[in-house]
Amino acid sequence: MTIPNIVGAGLIVIGAGLGIGRIGGQAMEAIARQPEASGKIQTAMLIAAALIEGIGFAALFAA
Amino acid sequence: MQKSTVVKILLIFILIFTSSNLFAKETEKEGKGDLKSEIKEFINHHLQDSHDFTLFSDKEANSHVGFPLPVILWDNGLKVFSSSKFHHGETVAEVDGNFYKLYHSKIYKTDAAGTITYDEEHHATNAKPLDFSITKNVVSMLLIGLLMFFMFRGLAKSYKKNNSIPTGVGRFLEPLVLFVRDEIAIPNIGEKKYKKYMSFLLTVFFFIWFLNLLGMTPLGVNVTGNIAVTFALALLTFLITNLTANKNYWGHIFWMPGVPTFMKVVLAPIELLGVFIKPFSLMIRLYANMTAGHVVLMSIIGMIFLFKSWIGSPLSFGLAFALSILELLVAALQAYIFTMLSALYFGMANEEAHH
Repeated sequence: MTIPNIVGAGLIVIGAGLGIGRIGGQAMEAIARQPEASGKIQTAMLIAAALIEGIGFAALFAA
Repeated sequence: MQKSTVVKILLIFILIFTSSNLFAKETEKEGKGDLKSEIKEFINHHLQDSHDFTLFSDKEANSHVGFPLPVILWDNGLKVFSSSKFHHGETVAEVDGNFYKLYHSKIYKTDAAGTITYDEEHHATNAKPLDFSITKNVVSMLLIGLLMFFMFRGLAKSYKKNNSIPTGVGRFLEPLVLFVRDEIAIPNIGEKKYKKYMSFLLTVFFFIWFLNLLGMTPLGVNVTGNIAVTFALALLTFLITNLTANKNYWGHIFWMPGVPTFMKVVLAPIELLGVFIKPFSLMIRLYANMTAGHVVLMSIIGMIFLFKSWIGSPLSFGLAFALSILELLVAALQAYIFTMLSALYFGMANEEAHH
């Protein structure tokens, strides 16, 4: 592993972490506003988080 | 033999091996040497598939406890022999005048002395016979397949008698089957067409979940963290999505309705790429999640042996315990997400025109 690779991997993790964190936070907010829709919000949250995670992993393997 | 007895025997079998392995871990690493690289090697070895089921091994005493598995090769004819002939890669196996050697978990054809030639990048250049061996991963998958067969056959049979109330393990499975139907299949595929896909979704959900859970036992198998396995699972989703797709789906890919003609030309290659990226991301997600989970967990367990102090070691034990619980959640979550996204893709392929 060279230094650019390591820095790139770090950036990917930061980006994916920020993205998933935002999804989680917004989902919490949405559930607090509308507790009755929590099931639907959770599903959508998990799908979005999984998609970001997938891209994060793909980039990590490329790095 | 009754089916419940078979299930019980399977469970006892798993328990025995699990506990014996736990016991072994304590006595395992006593040697001095370079502990760090030893742990690294141990983790790398764990992540890979292997030709024998080694439960634990002691390098210094050179003893391996486990059982060999059949090796099936196609090399100008079928060659079947036991992997005990390799002696864990130390000796050359001779079969009908041909010599084979295990090198980095791969089988190469060699001469009688077991010479392995390398190119500049230190890759072995020996001929590789086609390998259809029943490896550790294959055994695990067969075991889970058998377990699932007995469990779900029991559930299915119980609907015939006993006023359609499932008994035993079926009581645990029925809500999960209903969950896959009501929370995954129907919302994503729709009331009309979901039945066609239920068998695949249920199979894939329980298969991935049980294999993930099997990876959490100290048996040391890592099936869903093997890219070939996840590739096969994603390939099935890819084939089912595209073979059952309707006209509307292909229309949205090659000639997107409702956008200017120029954009239609631009969008077509992107959408076509998306057809392949969707199952590709399924493959990478499951593989990377399970591999990452195993690496992190084993590294933290390895830290116990690195610290060797009253503060560090209990700390990493506690961390490993907490992470194990997290991994149990991840095991279910990844099975759920794989099934969910598969259902989503099936739903996309079956959407009717609505404008």
